[in-house]
Amino acid sequence: MSSRDLVLGRLRAALTVGAHGPVEVPRDYRHAGPRDLDQLVERLTDYRAHVHRVADAAVADTIADILPVGGTVVVPPGLPSAWLPPAVTVLPDEGLDNGRIGAADAVVTGVAIAIAETGTIVLDGSPDQGRRVLSLLPDRHVCVVRADQVVATVPEAVARLTPHRPLSWISGPSATSDIELIRVEGVHGPRQLHVILLP
Amino acid sequence: MPATAPAGVGQLRGEEPFPAAARRSLADPQLRRNLRHATTTIRGKSAAVIAEAPDWEQLRAAGAAVKADTIARLPELLEQLEAKVTEAGGVVHWAADAVEANRIVTDLVRAAGTDRIIKVKSMATQEIGLNEALDSAGITPVETDLAELIVQLGGDRPSHILVPAIHRNRAEIRDIFLRAMPGVDPSLTDDPAALAAAARHYLRKTFLSTPVAVSGANFAVAETGTLAVVESEGNGRMCLTLPETLITIMGVEKVVPTWRDLEVFLQLLPRASTGERMNPYTSMWTGVTPGDGPQAFHLVLLDNGRSAVLADEVGRQALWCIRCSACLNVCPVYERTGGHAYGSVYPGPIGAVLSPQLTGVAENTSLPYASTLCGACYDACPVKIDIPELLVHLRAEVVESRRRPTAESIAMAAAAHTMDRVGWYEAAQRAARLSRLAGRRGRGLPPPLNGWTVSRDLPDAPAETFRDWWARR
Ligand code: SF4
Repeated sequence: MSSRDLVLGRLRAALTVGAHGPVEVPRDYRHAGPRDLDQLVERLTDYRAHVHRVADAAVADTIADILPVGGTVVVPPGLPSAWLPPAVTVLPDEGLDNGRIGAADAVVTGVAIAIAETGTIVLDGSPDQGRRVLSLLPDRHVCVVRADQVVATVPEAVARLTPHRPLSWISGPSATSDIELIRVEGVHGPRQLHVILLP
Repeated sequence: MPATAPAGVGQLRGEEPFPAAARRSLADPQLRRNLRHATTTIRGKSAAVIAEAPDWEQLRAAGAAVKADTIARLPELLEQLEAKVTEAGGVVHWAADAVEANRIVTDLVRAAGTDRIIKVKSMATQEIGLNEALDSAGITPVETDLAELIVQLGGDRPSHILVPAIHRNRAEIRDIFLRAMPGVDPSLTDDPAALAAAARHYLRKTFLSTPVAVSGANFAVAETGTLAVVESEGNGRMCLTLPETLITIMGVEKVVPTWRDLEVFLQLLPRASTGERMNPYTSMWTGVTPGDGPQAFHLVLLDNGRSAVLADEVGRQALWCIRCSACLNVCPVYERTGGHAYGSVYPGPIGAVLSPQLTGVAENTSLPYASTLCGACYDACPVKIDIPELLVHLRAEVVESRRRPTAESIAMAAAAHTMDRVGWYEAAQRAARLSRLAGRRGRGLPPPLNGWTVSRDLPDAPAETFRDWWARR
């Protein structure tokens, strides 16, 4: 007998004991809420993300301020070019190797969605967000969030996202509390998370 | 006959009974200080973010119901998960026990042609002793979670589900790094940021050069075939993104029916576990995505005693557990004894009920007694597992698995044991909720105490304990 049949057989046999059956799940928890951009900013900041609230036209200047002078930026293929400051070296991801991605000063991406209550941004691999490795290896992750991408709650986010895409939910920079529960940022992922929030 | 987890492999049984092991931890003041600090801090953070969620009780009720539903339909959900993962380009393997799971992983790693793998922290791999199995096959497993790395380099065992190295302070960690971390800077200080930076430096190259990663899974969605891992450090993202091959091992109970169910657990888990609104990173993937991440994905579905747990009508509740560790942090016994005393990778209240069920109670007879039945674990559990009820149920099984002393002698021995300890007495008074349990079922006390109540009426527990009343005066 295959292990598959063995395991499934054991589980089926186990379920012949006692009462059970499909259980109705009460869904009376909160689903949606008002879109509260101030709350998003507060929660992101609380998790040590840097938040910049600027107008559309100011994205490139804001990014220029975040980067070191003459810095290099990795960008996913579908990133709006208007977001990039003229004085940086842009490395578009056309199959960049990990070494070059990791050596860049920053990556700039869009996001799929942002959740105000938890201070979370979610990337889903769309052309303005790119492969997962892009937002993982560089030390700074700069992402641009439009106000209409912000939802209040986790259920709203789950309803809007597509499970078949690789999803990265990001709440603040990487952090550990493994040593005496003292929070240390930037263990393996980016050490800085910058969120540029557009109206 | 339900199959329990095999002996001689993995980490579900202690070398000595709980009281003997606990005595050693009780004598270690440093350990107790570290633990008290950890559990108090996490409890406080968790309470604060739970208070922010006005619908916490509704979420708990939904979480419990999803889990009850999952467990009731486990075989069909697993078949659905298998179909969806396969459709998305993954390969599904079934492992009846730890030995088989270890063999499957070892073969997959060999086939990928490497002698080193990187690992995301995973209880399932600890349960089956994967690291030991890989080691003896000549494959080096590298733990990439900072705490697990501390434990691995220290030749130690994890002591907490969430913060496995919580029994170590910064000075001890510095010593471990200086002794065991290749290429470490000898002037390393014991500043936590410096220690974390040393780990980052040490692991970066390994992340970038290792072709196979092994992970566990927090959730797997039957409806879509999506796997989810929550973490903080980004080591998880590294392992789930960089290698060519990803092998994920999960206990069969980790499946949830629908995509939508994640909206419940992604709220319950971080708030109950680390006391965060959301953990820094949650990664989700479905099979393989061309051009992004590992191009080979293997999912190993692990039984290893879970079908035996499922076969127990009362005990099967333990399979709802989402490993948040909230029950550890509120447990007065865990706080004093630490995780090692439980002898299993699953410590604390959930360990006291899960381990004996996975191994069969006859091989873990002391664990169901490693509790004061104060009920704090039940109140803390985000999926409402009634751990005190399970403890009492398992104590009955332990008794039945031995020669039968009289019910009364057990009741009296337990009472004497508790009343000997002043601090525990108050806790035990809260255990008067046991009489509520009994009332709920309408048949006196649960076994073995029912031997005593069949011929006597169980007095109702007073609504307020004497001490509470006195404190109020
Ligand atoms: S039993 Fe409940 S509280 Fe304990 S670890 Fe599992 S889910 Fe968390």
